[in-house]
Order: sequence, then C-alpha cells, then structure tokens
Amino acid sequence: MKNTNLELAFTEEQSMVMDAAKEFCRENSDIKTVRALLSSELGFNMEIWTKMVELGWSGITIPESFGGTDLGISALIPVVENMGHYLLTAPLITSAIAAQAILHCGTTELKDIWLSRLAKGCIGTLAILENEDIGSAVTMTAIDKGGKIELRGRKILVSDAAAADFFLALCKFETDLVLVLVSSDQIKSDCILERKLIDETKRAGDIDFNGVVVDANAMVKVTPRSIKDLKLIGALLHAAEATGCCSATLDNIVSYLTTRTQFGRLIGSYQALKHPTAEILIQMDSAKSLIYHAATLTSSSNFCIDTEIACRMAKAQANDALLFAGDRAVQFHGGMGFTYECDAQLYIRRAQWAQHQYGDSQHHRFHLAELLLKD
Amino acid sequence: MTNELRYDETDIDEFRKEVSAWLQANKPRDPGFLLPQTFLEIGSEEVLDFLREWQFKVWSAGYLGMAWPREYGGGGLPIIYQQIADEEMKRLRVPILFNVIGLGWAGPLIINMGNDYEKKTYLKNILSAEDIWCQGFSEPNHGSDLGSIQTQAKREGDEYIINGNKIWTTLGNFAKYMILLARTEPKTERRYDGLSFFLAPMKVKGISTKPIQKLTGEYGFTETFFEDARIPASSLMGEEGWGWRIAMLTLQYERGAEAGAAGGPAMTPIYMSDLIAMTRKITRENEPLISDPVTRDELVKFMIEEKAILLGEKRANVPQLCSDYPRSLSLSHKLRTSEHFRKMRQYAITLQGAKGGLYVGDDEAIQGGFWQRAYLNNFGITIGGGTSQIQTNIVAEHVLGLPKD
Repeated sequence: MKNTNLELAFTEEQSMVMDAAKEFCRENSDIKTVRALLSSELGFNMEIWTKMVELGWSGITIPESFGGTDLGISALIPVVENMGHYLLTAPLITSAIAAQAILHCGTTELKDIWLSRLAKGCIGTLAILENEDIGSAVTMTAIDKGGKIELRGRKILVSDAAAADFFLALCKFETDLVLVLVSSDQIKSDCILERKLIDETKRAGDIDFNGVVVDANAMVKVTPRSIKDLKLIGALLHAAEATGCCSATLDNIVSYLTTRTQFGRLIGSYQALKHPTAEILIQMDSAKSLIYHAATLTSSSNFCIDTEIACRMAKAQANDALLFAGDRAVQFHGGMGFTYECDAQLYIRRAQWAQHQYGDSQHHRFHLAELLLKD
Repeated sequence: MTNELRYDETDIDEFRKEVSAWLQANKPRDPGFLLPQTFLEIGSEEVLDFLREWQFKVWSAGYLGMAWPREYGGGGLPIIYQQIADEEMKRLRVPILFNVIGLGWAGPLIINMGNDYEKKTYLKNILSAEDIWCQGFSEPNHGSDLGSIQTQAKREGDEYIINGNKIWTTLGNFAKYMILLARTEPKTERRYDGLSFFLAPMKVKGISTKPIQKLTGEYGFTETFFEDARIPASSLMGEEGWGWRIAMLTLQYERGAEAGAAGGPAMTPIYMSDLIAMTRKITRENEPLISDPVTRDELVKFMIEEKAILLGEKRANVPQLCSDYPRSLSLSHKLRTSEHFRKMRQYAITLQGAKGGLYVGDDEAIQGGFWQRAYLNNFGITIGGGTSQIQTNIVAEHVLGLPKD
C-alpha cells in the first residue's frame, strides 16, 4: 500500500515566479479583457503571449542549453495557477506539454530545433485524442512511404490547434508507438475543424492528418510509459490551472455573499450559503496541497509511482473542487447567476471543460485504485 | 517556545532511530482489555492506571514535553524532536498519552500566559501524569454557546465560591484540576465580559461528579456539580473578566490551531490502510469486495481526502503556499479530520455486510467491533471542542470573512 509519501517543498524560484505571475496576470487579465477575448479567433492576445515569453515562462521547463531557464514543472505550476485565477488564456500549458514530449522523447536534432523555438514562443501542441475516451488505444497510423512517413488518421480536440506552429501526433508505426512532428504549414486550413467549446476562453480543434507526408526524422519512437508520464504532467498542469480558477470562483462567491442583502440580512449570514462556501475552501485547500506535493515530486527525480499517485490525486481533487465551486457560484447568485453577464458562467463553463483535460476524476480514481489497492 | 533553537539534520535522523528503538523495546504488552482510541474513552480505574503508567514512562524517558522549558519538567529542545517522537509513537501504534487537557490545552496556556507560581505548580505534574486535568467549559443547555455560561464564581476573602453545573467533563471523575470558565460578574453589557478563567482544584468539598454513559455504552466523561465549593482566590488565571479571551486561546490549542502542546498522540490514528486491510477479507456478491468498482472508487476518494489532510499539515508550514488564506488550514484542521474519520469509519461498517450489525462483545464481530466503536466514539470529536457546524461557521467567518448568522 503506497500512499505514504508526503514530500512538499517550495523553493525560492517557485516563490519568485509565483509573485511575478500573480502581478502579471492581475495587470493583464481583468474580467473585461477576458470577456473581450471570448469571441476572438485564437482566444488569446498574441502581445500578452509575447510578454510571457519575454518573462521566460515559455522556457521554464526547457534546459538552458536550448534557451530555457530549466526551473522545471514545479516552477510552472504557480504560473498556470495564477493564469487560472485570472482566466488569462495563452498557449502556455499546451506548449509546455509539447516541450516535455520533445525533451523526453525527441532526438538530439528535434531538441536542437524545436526546444529552442518553443523557448522563444513557438507554439506546439500534442495531438493524442481520437475519441472521447482518454483511456482508448491509438489507431492513427504512420506508414513508411519510400523513406518518408505518411500519416493516416484524425485527432480530436487538439488544444490551440489554430494557433499552433506544430503538432505532435501520437501514432502507431507498425507495432511501435511514435510521435510525429508535423509543422502547421503541412496541414491545409480546411483540415483543421475548430470545435465549439463550453469554455469560451479556450480553443481546440480536430485535425485531419490523412495524407500528410513528413521526413523520417520527424518521427520518434516512444514508450507507453513516456506517454503516460506526459499525460500526468498535462493532468497536473490542468489541475493547477483549475485550482487557480477555483480560488477566483470562491472570491466571486464571497464577494456576492458579503454585499447582497435579502430579507434585511447579508445573504452570507445564512448557513445554507456560508457552509457550502466553507466547503469550497476546504476542497480547494485539498487540491492545492496535492498539487504542490505532486509538483515537488516532479522536480525531485524521475517519475515514480508516487509521482503518478500524486498527479492523479491532484487532478481528481482539482476537478471536483472546481465543479462544486462553479456550480454553487451560479446557484448562489440567484437570478443573476442565470445570466451571461454574471461572471459565474465563466467559472462553471471552465469547470466543465477543465475536468476533461488529461482525464476526469473517475478516470484518475480508476487508475489510482489499480495503484493503491494492489495486494 | 523553542522553535528558533538550532538543530542538526543528522542529529534528527539519529534521534528518530533512538526513539523508535526505545518505543519498540518499551511498548506495553496487550493489557487484555480494549485500549481506548482517544482520551475521551477512559471509563475505568484499570484503564486509567495503565495509561498513567505509560505516560510516566514516556516522560521519564524524555519523549514528552520535549519543547517545554527544562525548569518545568520539559526537555528545552526544538519542537522538531517532539514532532519526530510523536510521528514514531503514531507509527508504532503505542497507547495514547491520555492527559490531553493538561498536555495540549492547559499546559501551553500556562506556559504562554501563566505566572511563575502556576508554571512551577502545574507543568511538571501534567507531564508526569501525576495530576490529571479536565475542562469545565460546556454547561447543560449551553454546549456550543459559551457566552451563555451560568456557573457563578463569587469572591469572598481569599476564596471564590462556585455554584453551577458543567457537563461533558472528560476525565472529570479522575481529575485533580479543572480549567474552569465561570461568571464573576452577573450583569455586564456584553455577556462575555463577566467571565473569568480558573485553574481550579477538583478535590474540594462541594464539587461532585456523576459519570455519563456514552452512546457506545461506555463511560469517559461526567457531569460536574458545584455546590458552594470554595476554591483559593489564587486559582484565578489573569484577572477577573479575562475569561472569554483565555477560553478562546485555549480552544485554539484544543483545535490544533496554536502550537505549544507537550506532544504525544491523543488518539490512535486509524488510516485508510486499516480499512483496506479489512476489506480484503470480505466478499460482496460472492466476489472479493476489493474488486468491486464502486467500492474501489469510494475507497480511493477517502484516500485522496486522507492524503490531502496529511499534506495540508505540511503545507501549513509553508507560508508562501498559504498566502491567500493564511489561517485556512489551521482553522479547518479539526473539522476536516474529524469529518473524514466519521465518514470513513461509518463506511467501514457498511462494507462489512451482515456482520456490520454486530457490536463489541460479540465474538463474530469483525475485529472485535473495532469499527463500530470507533465510529460511535468519533462523535466525541465532531461534537466536542466545538461541533463541526460551529467549526464551519468559524472557517466561513474567520477565514472567508462571511458575516455572522
């Protein structure tokens, strides 16, 4: 029974990044700005992304030799947490996962070219889903075509598909699992189908890779284990973003409960409202503890079983905390909560979307049971 | 206290080995009766003597009160040593250190704000278990509402004359001293202002206790009656009218929101690993219970909650990670842990199938009715020290800033 690892550390670097991220997100992503971007094409402001790149955040997980700062996943956590809080959208998580994929699976050549580009703000995205089941097997194939590689298949709900400079598509090559790097200029524009997401701050699209041909050196063999680790990093980063969002949702509720009066009393004085609100705080606190524990483990060594447990617990808890908070935020605003104008809609929509990024709670608990309930 | 003292990491590792070896060598043998899981469950002289002897032994060996001042029986060491000793005591599942009201509440209070006389008189005997302490806050009809306290303390010469009733006095029939909250001024504008705080002797004429039988069928606390009981005026802590403030500070210790406790486990922890071990021996629909997907999902939910609680204790020590709500983890700790235990202990009974209906004393009861007893006794911690509902109010009001009811 392995559930005894309680490592939790917070470094000076993390602390500095946290302060900088909080200030940056607050200054650059007030609610008006967030709402103005809802109907935009890419969902984010390229100038803001450029500023984030200048601050070094696109290279946090990238080694210095490729132009990054090499602070690791643990230093990225406070950034995405604050982005979640201020609903600041930018392809940071998307690109960080692509960077991790290249860092851990790529050839020297791919690393030289693409990690340096990612550090400079080039946008990469992982294309792994083929249907709604995150646990399903890969069916998209890569085949040898006279020394080149031809792709056959589609991927769905690829994050920031329209903004991406390149894709990393997970395929089968004969019996091997491979990642194939496809530059966006190799994809015709009508092969990207932008989806309509419940969270209007986010962007994702389906990509038809059929007939795309790339050089053989764009393909790298990967192990199921390394793909699993990538998904865990994805889960952890999305957990942090969701928990940042949860804290904003809580602020939003508290602000209403301490200003709105009914029957001559502030509605926050009613236990029917104040007790669930305290419960949101408790659930959010749990998520935060689990996230920073997982962050500690990702920076300490290779991914071990404790890291997997930590990432899965973090995501499951973060999902459930935000789902509860978003749901109550709408309800507690009464009639206003039912309107598009009320910000609670942003949070409840984010909650529905976020839970499915790299695994919903049941998916993670299913795998946790395998890990934790073994004899 | 002594947190600022320097210590060496290698010393710490050595110390852990030392305390672990001592505990393994000195852990008491099975006494032949069910040992209490918490200090709220001491119902007989036999159990009391056993625990008293154990606490004396641990203190004599130097593993209790390690961070309390040396001149009052403590070890004068950095708190980290006591934390390690506590971790080892919990890990090795030695019996509880039962004198909790002294060790955890009255003791830190006396160290924090007591005068020299009080420190000299009380602290050492709290550690050695020579003096057992109890608490007189709650009264019949005023459980959660301490502001409504009716027990009177009237000054007469060098004495206070006490009249009234206290209830839920854990260890009341065994205690030598009580931390007592009583009203010295009947008519004050704000009802809190008339309260005073006493370190009151129990073995005086006019104080009597009546054991209360708990829902488990066992004993462990009393109702306490004061009929013209005369206690020395020197029992008053601080000044008249300070009672409310001192009581609130005491509750901070009680709820684990303030550091300073002498140490030692106040309860035998029951972890999810214990529950999982239990499920392995049970079937459902003719299949092992542990392979049932619904049960697995529920167990994992509890494990996530357990881990989050344990990690929260760690995160509370990292101020940068508590900057949004600095008091959140400490003020919600009792609520989270006691509610987690309540739910998981109840679930254990649900998972037992038909045998879940058996109780302590039936030889077919799973683990001797351990889970049934643990669940029912757990209400001692979801109610005692401020009910979970009051705790939720505290979190909402003091952490989130929501208005009072």
